[in-house]
Amino acid sequence: MIALHLPALQVVIPLVAAALCALLRRGVWAWLFVTAVTWVAFAIALTLLAKVTAEGVLTYQMGGWAAPWGIEYRIDRLNALVLVIVSGIGALVAPSLYHSVQREVAPESQPLFYTAFLLALTGYLGITITGDAFNLYVFLEIASLASYTLVALGRDRRALAAAYQYLVLGTIGATFILIGVGLLYMMTGTLNMVDLAVRIAEVGPNRTVRAAFAFIVIGTGLKLAMFPLHAWLPNAYTYAPSVVSAFLAATATKVGVYMLLRLVFGVFGAEFAYTLMPLGEILIVFALIAIIVGSLVAIFQRNLKRMLAYSSIAQIGYMALGIGLANLDGMIGGIVHLFNHAVMKCTLFLALACVFYRTGAVDLETIRGLGRRMPWTIGAFTVAGFSLVGVPMTVGFVSKWYLLTAAVERGLWPIAVVIVGASLLALIYIWRVVEAAYFQPPRDGASDVVEAPVAMVAPMIVLAAACLYFGLDTRFTVDVARGAAIQLLGIGS
Amino acid sequence: MDVLGHYNYWISIVLMMAGFYMVIARANLIKQLVGLNVFQTAVFLLYITMSKVEGGTAPIVAEGFTIYSNPLPSVLILTAIVVAVSTTAVALAIIVRIKEAYGTVEEDEIMRQNEE
Repeated sequence: MIALHLPALQVVIPLVAAALCALLRRGVWAWLFVTAVTWVAFAIALTLLAKVTAEGVLTYQMGGWAAPWGIEYRIDRLNALVLVIVSGIGALVAPSLYHSVQREVAPESQPLFYTAFLLALTGYLGITITGDAFNLYVFLEIASLASYTLVALGRDRRALAAAYQYLVLGTIGATFILIGVGLLYMMTGTLNMVDLAVRIAEVGPNRTVRAAFAFIVIGTGLKLAMFPLHAWLPNAYTYAPSVVSAFLAATATKVGVYMLLRLVFGVFGAEFAYTLMPLGEILIVFALIAIIVGSLVAIFQRNLKRMLAYSSIAQIGYMALGIGLANLDGMIGGIVHLFNHAVMKCTLFLALACVFYRTGAVDLETIRGLGRRMPWTIGAFTVAGFSLVGVPMTVGFVSKWYLLTAAVERGLWPIAVVIVGASLLALIYIWRVVEAAYFQPPRDGASDVVEAPVAMVAPMIVLAAACLYFGLDTRFTVDVARGAAIQLLGIGS
Repeated sequence: MDVLGHYNYWISIVLMMAGFYMVIARANLIKQLVGLNVFQTAVFLLYITMSKVEGGTAPIVAEGFTIYSNPLPSVLILTAIVVAVSTTAVALAIIVRIKEAYGTVEEDEIMRQNEE
C-alpha cells in the first residue's frame, strides 16, 4: 500500500515536515527532526531507483486523475538518479547543520532556518519527480524562494545583497520558463511532458515552438548558472552560511541541469535541439568559456568559498559541454559529472564549513597550517580537491574521461586540449590550499584550533570516501547514466 | 501579416519588455521590484489572453451557450499569482533588512559600501 504511493511521499513528507518544523521552536529538536526526515526521503529515493532499474519507468497519478489532465509523477533512470543525489546530499548535509547554524545564523532565525531547508529540499525533489510542465514551475519557485531565504540568513550583510540579486535573476529565469511553457500550451493544449513531446512532433517546428525553446533554454540557463548567466552565483555561495553553500552547490545547479535535460530532450527531442536549433554549438562555445574563465578567476581568489563558487561555474561548463557534444559518451560524461560534482563540491564546502566553525573565516590565511590541527577536515578537502582536478582513481577522472572520449570521437581536438588544460588550472587553485594547509606554519593564534565536532566531520568523511569509491567502482553511476543518455538522445541501445 | 489582429499579444509583450527594462535599468531596489512585478503580470496576461475564445462565455454550463473560454490558463495563473505575491513578499523582506544593514536601497550605494 505505502509502496504504491512512494512517488507522492517523496515530496509530501518533506513538505508536511517543513510545516511541522516551523512549530518546533527549539533549534536542537528541529535539527534532529530535519535529519530524520532527510534520511526518510533518501531511503524513498533509493527504493525508487531500485524499482526503476528493475521494472522500468514508474508513473503515479496525483489524486487519481488520469495523465494528460491530472498531474503525473513520472520516474525514469535520469530523475531517479537526480532524486538520489538531491535527497542523499540533503541527508548528509543535515547532520552538519546544527553546529554550523549555531555559529553562522542569528539565534532568532535558527528554528526557521530548518523550515526553509526542508522547503528547499521539497522543491528540488518536486522539480525532479514531476512529469507536468506547470507543476515544475511551481516547485521551482518553492525551491527558489526557500533558497533565497537560506542565502539571506548569512550573518554578513553582503549576504542580503547577494540574496536580492539571486532573487531578481532567479525570478527572471523562472518567469522565462513560465513564458516557454505558456507558448507550448498555446500550440498543444497540454502540460504533461510526455503528451507535449507527442503533440509538438505533430505541430512541427513552427516559430512559436522555437520561441518557447529559446525561452526555456535561457530560463534554465539562468537557474543552472550557465555562463554568461552566472552573475548571481559567486556572491550567493560566498556569503550564504557555509552549510547552505554546500547544499545549494550540490543540488540547486544540478537540478537546473536536470531541468534543461528534461525539458529540452524529454519535450522537444534531441533532433529538434541539435539539428533545427543550434543548441549543441551554443552550449559548446559557452561551456568552453565557462571552463577556462571560471578556472582562471578561481586561481586569484583569496576567499576560499568564492574560489569554490568560480570553480562551480567551470564545472557546470563541463556538464554543459557534455550535453553540447551531442553524442552518447558526451551525454554520459555530462550526467556522470552531475553526480560526481555534487559529491565533490558538497565535500569541499562542508570542509570549509568545519574550518569556519573553528576559525571564523575561510580565506587562504586562516587555513595555513591547519593540516595538523584538523587532519580529517583538510584530508577530506584534499581528496575532494584532487577529485575536482580529475586525478585517476577519483570520481572527477571518470567524467572527464568520458568527456575526452566524446570530444575525440567528434574529432574536436581543441576541446580535448581545453579539458586537460583546465584540469591543470584546477590543480593550481586546489594545490594553493593544500600547500597552505600542510606545508606552511600556522598563523598566530591558531594554536588552540582543534578538529570540528563529529556531527560535522562524519558526513564529510562519508562524502570524501564516496569520491574515491565511485572513482574505482564506476558500474553504478555509469550504468544509470548510460541508460538515461540512451533514452534522452532517443537512440537504440 | 495580421499585426493589429494580435493586439492582445502586443500589449502583453510591450508590458513585459517595459518591466524587464525597469529591472535592468533602475538602481533603486524597490523600483526593480516594481519592474519585476510588471514583467510577471505581463506573462499572466499572455496566459489569460490565449484562453479567450471569441464570443465564448465563462465555462459554466447553461442553456443557450455553446462556446466557452478555456478555464485552465486562468486556473494556472491563479497559482502563478500566489507565487508572484510570495516572491514580492520575500523580496520586500530582504529589502527591509538591506535598508537596516546598509541604510540605503540604492544598488550603486550598496556596491560602494561593499567595496570598502
